[in-house]
Amino acid sequence: MSAQLLGLHQPGTTWLHRLGAGAKLLGLMAAGLAVVVVRGPASALVAVTLAAALLGWSGARVGRTLAAMRWLLLTAALLGGWTVWQHGWPRAVEVVGDLVALILLATTLTVTTPVDEVMDAVARGLRPLRRLGVDPEVVALAFSLMLRAIPSTIVLAEEARDAALARGLERSPRARLIPFVVRVVARARDTGDALHARGIGED
Amino acid sequence: MSEVRLEQVTVSFPTHDGHRQVLQETSLHLTERRIALVGPNGSGKSTLARLVNGLVAATTGRVLVDGLDVAREGREVRRRVGFVFTDPAAQLVMPTAREDVALSLRRTHRDRPERLVAADRVLADVGLAGFGDRSVHGLSGGEGQLLALAGVLATRPSLLVADEPTTLLDLGNSRRIGELLLGLPQQLVVVTHDLELAARCDRVLLVRAGRVERDGDPAEVVEHYRATA
Repeated sequence: MSAQLLGLHQPGTTWLHRLGAGAKLLGLMAAGLAVVVVRGPASALVAVTLAAALLGWSGARVGRTLAAMRWLLLTAALLGGWTVWQHGWPRAVEVVGDLVALILLATTLTVTTPVDEVMDAVARGLRPLRRLGVDPEVVALAFSLMLRAIPSTIVLAEEARDAALARGLERSPRARLIPFVVRVVARARDTGDALHARGIGED
Repeated sequence: MSEVRLEQVTVSFPTHDGHRQVLQETSLHLTERRIALVGPNGSGKSTLARLVNGLVAATTGRVLVDGLDVAREGREVRRRVGFVFTDPAAQLVMPTAREDVALSLRRTHRDRPERLVAADRVLADVGLAGFGDRSVHGLSGGEGQLLALAGVLATRPSLLVADEPTTLLDLGNSRRIGELLLGLPQQLVVVTHDLELAARCDRVLLVRAGRVERDGDPAEVVEHYRATA
């Protein structure tokens, strides 16, 4: 289920849905800069609160969205534990708070914006760089592929886990990791072939 | 209708102890509307199909589509030749069905609303009307293959190459895809293990051990394959 939800647009009529993809991308970039520049646990907690409010405002089904984000949140929790051990609570709250805030904001973007619209915004924004040899359509395609790669990689990880379970090797990291890596690389090659065959990214 | 020529083409891949020839010297002239490639697994039929749009490069010889050399004018060739793979999962690169088809239309439809309307039209053409907002992850195997086909047909190719498009499908979906492929106005080159589908084509090539063993009348070639498989 998480793989199906991640990166998936949920149609709606909120102001966040009506806001242009370019504005939302710029906002996300600004938020990324802000969490780096503004230091301290208090600002991180404010960022998480604001980001959670925005995600709630987007009309995203909170329970399902949190379920979809569970692995990211688990990673943030592990990072938090390590940071507490190494640097203490205030630093851990800051690091994890900043990370969770950005995850929530990025989720708000994907929930309220079709990927096709994000691609248009990226291509439009990068058009001036064409003179420097940058192909805006290719960068936009790479951006969308990155979004697509998250859920499809989760599916491959789940399949690798199931295959290891079926062979009674659930405790073997090698039995889970090696097939997973091999399949991710194979899928990347197949996707490249498919894009090549459709002539996408060649202009 | 397109015209495909293979002129003394061979394909070999490097291996740790030299190289392995997967296609022996082959010359072909393909002009029929519906052409099937049949043969055992690993016989070289997919390699032969992939040569047509440059997914596999000829080691020697050359491949021409409508007079265009695939090695030199690959981009122009790929605008004419669509390719459908066995597994739709690798072909579907956008989150929803409409967006995936729209991705193919970005070159020809710069305006987004127009692009989405055109995508819906293509979806309807392959029997997926109303599927626009569906997640590509939630589609059945048959629906995924239809969507992959829609993504390719959206580019309006004059020749469609399909590499075992029905292998992963159940009988009903296999027939559905088969009927759709045979009914397309484009020239079709289909690699298949479905001998009923092959028999309904205009020309069948039996590929075995890296060479075209039989080529010609579908009924005769399919019968020979059945008898010698």
